[in-house]
Amino acid sequence: MSRLAATFAKLSAEGRAGLVTYVMAGDPDAATAQAIVDGLPAAGADVIELGLPFSDPMADGPAIQAAGLRALAQGASTRGTLDILRAFRAKDRTTPVVLMGYFNPIYIYGPERFCKDAAAAGADGLIVVDLPPEEDSELRPYAKAAGLDLVRLATPTTDDKRLPVVLEGASGFLYYVAVLGVTGTKSAAAGDVQAAVARIKRHTKLPVAVGFGIKTPDGAAAIAKHADAAVVGSALVQTVADAIAAKSDPVAPLHALVRALSAAVRGARAKSSAA
Amino acid sequence: MTALNSFRAGPDERGHFGIFGGRYVAETLMPLILDVERAYEAAKKDPAFQAELDRYLKDYVGRPSPLWFAERLTAELGGAKVYFKRDELNHTGSHKINNTMGQILLAKRMGKTRIIAETGAGQHGVATATVCALFGLKCVVYMGATDIERQAPNVFRMKMLGAEVRPVTSGTGTLKDALNDALRDWVANVEDTFYIIGTVAGPHPYPAMVRDFQSVIGREARAQMLEAEGRLPDLLVACIGGGSNAMGLFHPFLDDREVAMDAVEAAGLGLGTGKHAASLQGGKPGVLHGNRTYLLMDDDGQIQEAHSISAGLDYPGIGPEHAWLHEIKRVNYVAATDEDAIEGFKLCARTEGILPALEPAHALAHVARIAPKMSKDKIVVMNLCGRGDKDIFALAERLGVKL
Repeated sequence: MSRLAATFAKLSAEGRAGLVTYVMAGDPDAATAQAIVDGLPAAGADVIELGLPFSDPMADGPAIQAAGLRALAQGASTRGTLDILRAFRAKDRTTPVVLMGYFNPIYIYGPERFCKDAAAAGADGLIVVDLPPEEDSELRPYAKAAGLDLVRLATPTTDDKRLPVVLEGASGFLYYVAVLGVTGTKSAAAGDVQAAVARIKRHTKLPVAVGFGIKTPDGAAAIAKHADAAVVGSALVQTVADAIAAKSDPVAPLHALVRALSAAVRGARAKSSAA
Repeated sequence: MTALNSFRAGPDERGHFGIFGGRYVAETLMPLILDVERAYEAAKKDPAFQAELDRYLKDYVGRPSPLWFAERLTAELGGAKVYFKRDELNHTGSHKINNTMGQILLAKRMGKTRIIAETGAGQHGVATATVCALFGLKCVVYMGATDIERQAPNVFRMKMLGAEVRPVTSGTGTLKDALNDALRDWVANVEDTFYIIGTVAGPHPYPAMVRDFQSVIGREARAQMLEAEGRLPDLLVACIGGGSNAMGLFHPFLDDREVAMDAVEAAGLGLGTGKHAASLQGGKPGVLHGNRTYLLMDDDGQIQEAHSISAGLDYPGIGPEHAWLHEIKRVNYVAATDEDAIEGFKLCARTEGILPALEPAHALAHVARIAPKMSKDKIVVMNLCGRGDKDIFALAERLGVKL
């Protein structure tokens, strides 16, 4: 069983949702990013999304774009991202890591070589934001051959007619983008998310992780009542920006936020059944 | 001629020109892009849509634009006869309005009430703000903070036309970042908003749609040339950033094998300096802004900043159909530097009494290079795609003149 499948099976057995944490590889620098990633599982992350820095992240908001540019300014690269992953995997054999980014750096690296190298470094899946199912034929076979799950995105605009197109060939989990917008801006209403998850579940057995716009432990808990996992990214990345602005170390505050989010996600369903 | 050996048959149903083009967008946009494609396909087949567009192009834009025999320039260069396709005479001063008029009619047809656009030199922004004022639609234009500074007259124009100009400070604060922010806006406002892309780039169907709307330039030029000279020209010349004016002139001639085509990229400080905007001559294939095309980037696939004296050519990519025409060698891609363009500007002003925009000044630089090497019975048509009023401040500063 893949790490992602094993993790979601375990979450299901425990009767709780998971916490998916997104951080940008190489932000604010390689060593600090390594410390951030290495400490995520102990802080309560069930799945790690590791951002591949890109100069032009069109689907991301200001927080994640700034994080990518900070990382690139310190020499981050696709290769450097795999180095961080490899070092993490040497210490942690169980926490799934999904690489998330845009197609151009992967295309330039070479899709086949990228999938092989990513799998060898310990990746479990890929999310390529600007590669819809219609265009992913030059990545999909190599991801499959390397044993990497291809995680697809569904959004409020993905209607019942289009959902099967998105789900065809998707694996690992489905990432539901809860709002119309870029990362880290608007927040979704819990009721909308509940209905959307139910709709998606009618089409697939894949776990559904919900993200975009989840900023606080309360927000994560509201999502965790209905989804298989809550994804938090911009809020974590923002703690790095805030620490830099305050000339302090970002590792501890970022992990503190993950602990708070994790506690909220773990308690979400218990609280709702008690209430 | 069958479609199989035609250069004009593309793109395929998924928007590919060879390996270029396509639809590389986030899932939120995918259903919208498919909507735009369906609506455009239906409009294209609707004679009423075409008739309405023709009426606006004739009575509002002022088409057809003249084909002018540049007699003094021809005499000075001493070679081929040089004609200008005078799209700088269009309302708003450039070819951009050919496309914005087409797209706004489509937006109206789709029931959209809010228009967004990106702009570099501001010509597309002005052309978009203009048609929005004409049809009473809300207009938001994204423009890089750097470009806002060097194109102040156009910023003022857009504001007077009722558009909101949003400065883009993310990334490098230039045209590519304005495109990013426009795409972000669209993702967040999918219900009521139509994105009028200004060049032959972006996700399918934009490259084909913008080309179709701009092809009025080449269709007119073809008929006007046949009337003036009784034959087709030997060479077409146009400047190229994203490539919409070049594609508009070239496309109707692509299957006329006897017509050669030179597209002039902006070489900035020089192709060897790394400070240029020549994606085809200095870049490699990659994926950005919804399509696969030639891009300026580093070894890690990070997009690099383009450089040109002309804000309208200052983009690190190029339309996917140009990438394809480059690879199959149907169009010859050359370059002109900032300095060349300034000389082209002066030459045109002095010999023809026309202040060209700095964008077509690059094309003029190439004409000045190549026409003298051609015999006097040869004919060159150059797209004079914009007027230079917007550039006088930047140019004066460059030439050390205080206005």
